[in-house]
Formats: sequence, structure tokens, C-alpha cells
Amino acid sequence: MKYTKEHEWLRVEGDLVVVGITEHAASQLGDVVFVELPEPETMVAEGDEVCVIESVKAASDILAPLDGEIVAINSKLVDAPALVNEDPTGAAWFFKMKIDDMSVLDAFMDEDEYADLIS
Amino acid sequence: MTDHKRLALHDLHLSLGGKMVPFAGYDMPVQYPAGVMAEHLHTRAAAGLFDVSHMGQVILRPKAGMADLCHAFEAMMPVDVLGLAPGCQRYGLFTNEQGGILDDLMFANRGDHLSVVVNAACKTADVAHMQAHLGAVAEVQHITDRALFALQGPMAEAALAALVPGVAAMRFMDVGTFDTVFGPVWVSRSGYTGEDGFEISVPQAGAEGLARALLATPGVMPIGLGARDSLRLEAGLCLYGHDIDTGTTPVEAGLTWAIQKTRRAGGARAGGFPGADRILRELAEGPERLRVGLRPEGRAPMREGTALFDPDGTPLGEVTSGGFGPSVGAPIAMGYVAASHATPGTALEGEVRGKRLPVTVVPLPFHPTTYKR
Repeated sequence: MKYTKEHEWLRVEGDLVVVGITEHAASQLGDVVFVELPEPETMVAEGDEVCVIESVKAASDILAPLDGEIVAINSKLVDAPALVNEDPTGAAWFFKMKIDDMSVLDAFMDEDEYADLIS
Repeated sequence: MTDHKRLALHDLHLSLGGKMVPFAGYDMPVQYPAGVMAEHLHTRAAAGLFDVSHMGQVILRPKAGMADLCHAFEAMMPVDVLGLAPGCQRYGLFTNEQGGILDDLMFANRGDHLSVVVNAACKTADVAHMQAHLGAVAEVQHITDRALFALQGPMAEAALAALVPGVAAMRFMDVGTFDTVFGPVWVSRSGYTGEDGFEISVPQAGAEGLARALLATPGVMPIGLGARDSLRLEAGLCLYGHDIDTGTTPVEAGLTWAIQKTRRAGGARAGGFPGADRILRELAEGPERLRVGLRPEGRAPMREGTALFDPDGTPLGEVTSGGFGPSVGAPIAMGYVAASHATPGTALEGEVRGKRLPVTVVPLPFHPTTYKR
């Protein structure tokens, strides 16, 4: 698993990258009550706002961590936003991306580096 | 480093896992480890303890007689002060000459004096305002050596009565003073969650003991500002600086229930408060806009500042408080709209992240109140 400074996790699944938010991010957000997902089959650029998460406290965005195509979204989150708090690194993945070059993932933090960031 | 003031029980909040945030000049617990949603639901199901010591507590002690003081206090508000019986509390509003709201407050007749509780962010201005208007007839004492708690929810009575037996006999908006091992406590049967409950002023020396005793009682959990806000929003109650301010009148805000008949046209003491011209005119003719309850369709909350439109595109106003209602299980909001569009059932649109989404005007409160009348 790789991590971004924006507290997303990235997991390689075959030729796709699965994206979600970290447990740290979920607990900082508090109880999530609303999730808005991107349209599948959308081309996005790194830094694009692709998802909206609203907790009881506030709204925040998920940014595209990479250039690529969103090929799948986790529609379950729309009806059950609380999944983001219950299982942020498992059932509550947000979207899957197809990217040209998997080697770009090397630039992201590994688990130890991310643990340092949030400590 | 922070220059925010600390509550007397700051260390207790930290030891309970409270997440502290700046609010109205104080470091305040916004939530505890349970989180806003669980704290909210717990308050409605059992009992929640809120530290609201940031609010302003003021005693008005008459120099001559209570009648002089009550007359002078009435001249500051469109509210019946003279008619308030000893042992009773009432909601009040300081208004300005334009009819805008300077602050909302609770005041009580405690027999030989009045007690007042005002909002934290306004308290310095309120004390000066009272000093200016009441200084000739009363000693205005800003009480800074007492903590203030709210204990709210269906188990609040049992929890407090175990420590202060006399409170069980109180009804909604009754006030009383009780001698306890924590010192003399000033209790009112009131709160700002829509639930039955109490507000308790306790000498700082006894505050931690009282808080710990209440928290040790089955059913009582500490509750932060986050849930305090969602609870009051579900109860349809205004937050000063958001739903009401100097730019809104009590009539626009739908607070006409707080203006007793005696202060209205034809009443024994009609008018004679700041902004009376506008407020009495709005009572007679209706205001141009009104505060309403709003239920967004779907799950997207409409937060403060969300612009509201008629489905034909005409701007109508904006949301002043909005979020998710944990007991309602859906997003809820309040805001101001043109009076023509304030009838429950009216379909409007709110602009969220550039998209116009459907929202319906609904009656307030969103969640039924359970005051012990």
C-alpha cells in the first residue's frame, strides 16, 4: 500500500490502482454522512477534485492522486457513507484508476513514511 | 500556543479525550472519542453533560426595587419582564434601534434579583449594554467564578436528582437555588437541545466534583460542541451569529412567541423597546422574509451560506445553519427565504458545489421537543 500527503491510500490490484482514504483521515473527518463519487470512465489529472466527503462537521474533497482514467467507483458508499468510518482501508474504497505507468507509484510514501507523517 | 481562555475544567476535558477547538475566545471540547453522531444520539436516548462555562452569567441586583429593574430591563427587549413570576425563567432578545437582534438570552426572576445568561461571543458587549441601560437601577455583576453545565436528555432528571433531590419537582423553565456539597448551585430546567434537562451554575471550586459525580451516574456521557450544534439545529433553535444577528429581526427569525401580548400593539405595555417601530410593523403586516426549516432531498448537506432559489431561478435567500441531523437521519437546515416562499411544502433549490439541488420548506422543529411542562 502507498500513501499520499492528502491521506489517501493507493493499492495495486492487477493493472488498476484502488484509492481510498486512510484511517487517520477518516477519524479526523468524523462521522461521514455523504459521499459524492465521480462518473466512471472519466479521465482525470492529478489534483482534480474527484470526490466529495461530508462528515457531520464539514465537507472535504478527495483529489485524484494520479493522471489516469477512473474505471470503477464504489457506489455502496453513496447509500452507506458510514462505511468510510467503519472500514476505511477495506470496504470503503472510493474508486479504481487505470494509469499508464505503474512506476509513478514508487514516488509515494510507504507505510512507515506515512506513519511518520501523521505521528 | 494559544491565547484562548481555558475553561475551569480544561484538564478534565483533556482527560476525557476531548478534542479542543477555539470557539468564542475559548478552548472548547468539540467532541470526545465517541464522536459527534454517537454523542448526539446518546443525549436523545440517555443524558449528555455539556460544559457551557464560556457563556456569560450575569446577576442584576436592584438598587431600589425589583419593579424599577424589571421596567428598565423591559426597555431593552420586546419581552414581558414584569409579568415573570419569581422562580421562573424566560427567553429574551436584546434589540437595536433598527429592530435587529444584539443577542438572545435567558433571564430568570430569582425573587430579589434577576439572573441572565448570554452568549459567549457577545458577553462583553452585553455586560456593557446592561451597565449602560440598567446601571442606575441595578448592580450589574458579571459572574466569572462559576462554571455552567447543561445536563440534557431523558435521564437528566434522575441523574441530577440523585445529587440534588429538589430538582425533580421543577418544571420546564423553573429556576431554583440548592445547597449541595459542591456549593450553592443555581439550577434551571432548560437547555438548548430540545430535550428535557437542566442548566446548572456551580461555584468553580465545586465544578469538577459535580461534573465527575454526574459523569459517574449511569447514562451520563460528556458531549462536545459538535453535538450541541446538531441537537439545537434539530430542535429548530437559533444560533446567534448564524441564524440571528443585528441584521435579522425577531419577527423575521420566527421568534414572535418570545414577544408576549403585553408588549405588542394593544397590550398594556406595548412598544417602548429598541426597534419597536419595525418590530410592531412586522408583527402587524408580516416581515419580508422568514426563517424556515429546510429538508434537502437526498443526502448532500446544505451548509451555512448555501444560496436558495425558486425553481424558476429567482434568488430567495440563504441557509444560515445546515448539516446532518443524526436523529432525523438526513440532512437538515434552516435559512431565510422571501415570505412568499416560506410556507411548509414549498419546493426550492439550494446551490451545492455549483449544482442546484431540490430542498423543501418544512415546519420546525425537525425533532419533537420533550420539555417537561
